[in-house]
Amino acid sequence: MISIQNLHKSYVTGNNSLHVLKGLNLEIEEGEFVSIMGSSGSGKSTLLNILGVLDDYDQGNYYLNGKKIWGLNETQAAITRNAMIGFIFQSFNLISFKNAMENVALPLYYQKVNRKKRNLIALEYLDRLGIRDWAHHLPSELSGGQKQRVAIARALISHPKIILADEPTGALDSQTSLEVMEILKEVNDQGITVIIVTHEHDIAALTKKIIRLRDGIIGEVITNGDLQKYRDKVKHE
Amino acid sequence: MFDVDIWQEIFSTIRKNKLRTFLTGFSVAWGIFMLMVLLGSGNGLSNGVKDQFAQNAVNVMWMWTGETSIPYKGLKEGRPVKFNNQDYNFLTTKEKDIEKVSSKYYLPNNILYAYGKEYGSFETSTCYPALKEMENISINTGRFINDMDLREFRKVVVIGDEIRKALFKEEDPIGKYVKIGGVPFHVIGVSKDMKRQENNRQAYMPFTTAQRIFSGGDRVHMFTVTSRMVQTAEEADTITEKVRTDMAQRHNFDPKDKRAMGSFNMQTEYIRTMKIFQAINLFVWIIGIGTLIAGIVGVSNIMLILVKERTREIGIRKAIGATPLSVIGLVLLESILITTVAGYIGLVMGVGLMELINMGLEQAAAASTGNTDNVFFLNPTVDFKTAVSATLILILSGALAGYLPARKAANVTPIEALRDEN
Repeated sequence: MISIQNLHKSYVTGNNSLHVLKGLNLEIEEGEFVSIMGSSGSGKSTLLNILGVLDDYDQGNYYLNGKKIWGLNETQAAITRNAMIGFIFQSFNLISFKNAMENVALPLYYQKVNRKKRNLIALEYLDRLGIRDWAHHLPSELSGGQKQRVAIARALISHPKIILADEPTGALDSQTSLEVMEILKEVNDQGITVIIVTHEHDIAALTKKIIRLRDGIIGEVITNGDLQKYRDKVKHE
Repeated sequence: MFDVDIWQEIFSTIRKNKLRTFLTGFSVAWGIFMLMVLLGSGNGLSNGVKDQFAQNAVNVMWMWTGETSIPYKGLKEGRPVKFNNQDYNFLTTKEKDIEKVSSKYYLPNNILYAYGKEYGSFETSTCYPALKEMENISINTGRFINDMDLREFRKVVVIGDEIRKALFKEEDPIGKYVKIGGVPFHVIGVSKDMKRQENNRQAYMPFTTAQRIFSGGDRVHMFTVTSRMVQTAEEADTITEKVRTDMAQRHNFDPKDKRAMGSFNMQTEYIRTMKIFQAINLFVWIIGIGTLIAGIVGVSNIMLILVKERTREIGIRKAIGATPLSVIGLVLLESILITTVAGYIGLVMGVGLMELINMGLEQAAAASTGNTDNVFFLNPTVDFKTAVSATLILILSGALAGYLPARKAANVTPIEALRDEN
């Protein structure tokens, strides 16, 4: 599903260059539920942006579903994002003057699905996420958990191959965070690859694979037995 | 362009920013309103002056004689110059730039018109049939003088409507005889001028008849002629000078002697006046377009602010699949919509105001005696072609106003946008 080899990315600010990703290699299979962790500046947000075709890289290879992602223009990138990727953000990123249903339906608008049909589909997704009653409410009228459910519904509506979630529980209380993680787990159970970036150990512990970034490369991958130990450790902290 | 969704997107943005949209639209509406008022006023003034010219054919020219004021070829000044019937023949046959000619012989002052017990003193214009076209004489009933009347020295007359009222009251004058200076003349027509009342106190009789009955010999007091239509005032002046030179040669006076022969060429004045109005019209367009540009810059500014404010939203849209083209379309169409709708409101209000003024002027004219001699503001409206041009300018303006902001929006990268704190 995702194959990255020797990925490099630098940011140039004035006369200074900041080398963020330094030859990163990563393989993620279809249907995995992965969390990416790392300290501030380790490159996790940069990696997520590259994975989400929101940003380019300087060197290396990135294959998404077998297709090399390199040198795409804005239109090609937008079409790839719309077809393959669903985004979930810490600050929800809902459009303030559109109600929940319209926000959810927006990716289908860019797929040229007619208004009536896409609103019906949006209502179905809101129903699945348990917030159908809030379909005609503006984001400002929703709680944090409800907003994130709307964001998840929006991410799912275009049948993406991957869900990329950037600190999806960062703005939520612990109970709501668990609910959101439960939803993401259900999404993953349907075969969709879910990748979340988080700094919260208890959230990472709920995924099936933890990738730790250190200084622009993968420092540690925790799976299987190690993951259980990690979960036990988090539980006792 | 006609995607319902994109319009719904635009309307939801407009609903969100009602005041800002109103203020933006107002500047455009004001610009186009002023353009329409200025153009309408320019047209009104132009139409008023044209109407003044329309009292006669625009290529009409009058020539009359006086006394010489410059010694010429051994002849001293103070010598009277007199046109005659041979001059008429010369003008009609030899003068290539002259199209039609009518001679005039002045009847004695205070000549009395009488019918039964009714009488009055009226002005008489002795003429050739060509005068009807030259002076735009309108016949209400009957007919005007014709060639046969002149050839056969018929004692016929066309009376003005005021003369008809004064002498005939409610009676039909056609076929009746009116005595002019004691000589019975057969009334063949009634002329009626809707605009200039004084013309209705005038009668027209055949020039040849007048010359014969009122002892004119072959004397002609004045020629009314129409000259070839030309494009410039200089060309019209050349025609006047050519006729003057020919007449000077025929009557032995210095062509520079303005008192020996007077003339007035309407075409020269018409062309000069129309040039002034062309310049005024151009000036009006420059001012109007300038005002409109100020409005467009306002729209562009507001759209730039709008794009800045919506950076995050644009980023979200791009992250979930919006292509740069769809973002450009969104901003550009919103700009065109605001500019076109607001501009059209300004257009309708401007045209409406000018129509109201026109209606007021028409009512005032109807209420007056019908004398519009001094009306220099007439039909101050904007024609369909101008309104269509203004509409096209509006759409183009909207596209121009939205282009830069749209480009800016299209260049927003999703990452930067999602980082934006606005």
